[in-house]
Amino acid sequence: MDTLVAQLQRQFRDYTISLYHQGFLDDQFTELKKLQDECSPDFVAEVVSLFFEDCEKLIGNMARALDQTGNVDFNLVGSSVHQLKGSSSSVGAKRVKGLCITFKECCDSQNFEGCVRCLQQVDIEYKSLKAKLQDLFNLEQQIVQAGGRIPQVDI
Amino acid sequence: MGMITESKFHVLAVDDSLFDRKMIERLLQKSSCQVTTVDSGSKALEFLGLRESNDPNAVETHQEVEINLIITDYCMPGMTGYDLLKKVKESSAFKSIPVVIMSSENVPARISRCLEEGAEEFFLKPVKLADVTKLKPHMMKTKLKKEGEKPSEEENATLKPVIEILPLHQELESEQHESSTLSSNKRKAMEEVISTGRSRPKYNDITTSV
Repeated sequence: MDTLVAQLQRQFRDYTISLYHQGFLDDQFTELKKLQDECSPDFVAEVVSLFFEDCEKLIGNMARALDQTGNVDFNLVGSSVHQLKGSSSSVGAKRVKGLCITFKECCDSQNFEGCVRCLQQVDIEYKSLKAKLQDLFNLEQQIVQAGGRIPQVDI
Repeated sequence: MGMITESKFHVLAVDDSLFDRKMIERLLQKSSCQVTTVDSGSKALEFLGLRESNDPNAVETHQEVEINLIITDYCMPGMTGYDLLKKVKESSAFKSIPVVIMSSENVPARISRCLEEGAEEFFLKPVKLADVTKLKPHMMKTKLKKEGEKPSEEENATLKPVIEILPLHQELESEQHESSTLSSNKRKAMEEVISTGRSRPKYNDITTSV
């Protein structure tokens, strides 16, 4: 008979694996988890939260820059994309990072429509990841509240 | 009882990005280092006690802060990591401090320039725990020096840096003097490879001089 903890742990494991397999996360996220320990028990959540704040800020910058019809500063957009690419790469946000690479190319070739499309996609993608990671963190909390340990998931 | 606890290595980490500062700080703490982070090259110099005038007398009085390693981002507004590296290596008081450069971009010319200027390592971001563990030998050098055992200049020159570039090592070995002429196609390919998130194989045993 499955205890609540066992059920939650299985859910957690399956969900984590699916996030990797569907390309939302890559092994850099695994590296992040290595940095979390008793000294820094909320490290992953803190870093992830910082990342999403960054996303919001940078996407806002890019949107404003692209809004300057006829006078778009593609360097400015490109530099924001560069920053976003860096932080998404550090966090293991694989899809966001991939979009940033395409986005950067559009900036470099001053492709306005391409940039606008990329911006929309990046916005959708980071919000989607944010929701999924929130679900993952919620599962963790539930496990702990039910008295269980968060399982180590090997991808 | 009777156990001697070694004082931790103290690393000065320089990066203009708050996010990256948080990452490098945790990485270093996890490797049992004491960390001070600053957001610019000029703040790093201030922290070290290096004045712009390079007055040797002023420098001597700031030895209380012992730094065993400086790790800095390359791309920063104002003073780049490269500029900081140069200033440190030009200072008589601090040139012995090992400097490591980090960058999110794989630019061979940039890497060789930094290594030639005296950087011990060049890490591609995102920096991983495995990268940080490579720093220990460099920091040990400074501790040994403090004990009066000063390694000769020759010895330092033979400590070849390990370059953290994934597919480039083959090119580098055969094109040591042509790193700056690598075609942009290759560079793009490298970026793509780096960006796929593949874990990098370890090239610890390959010493490549650039």
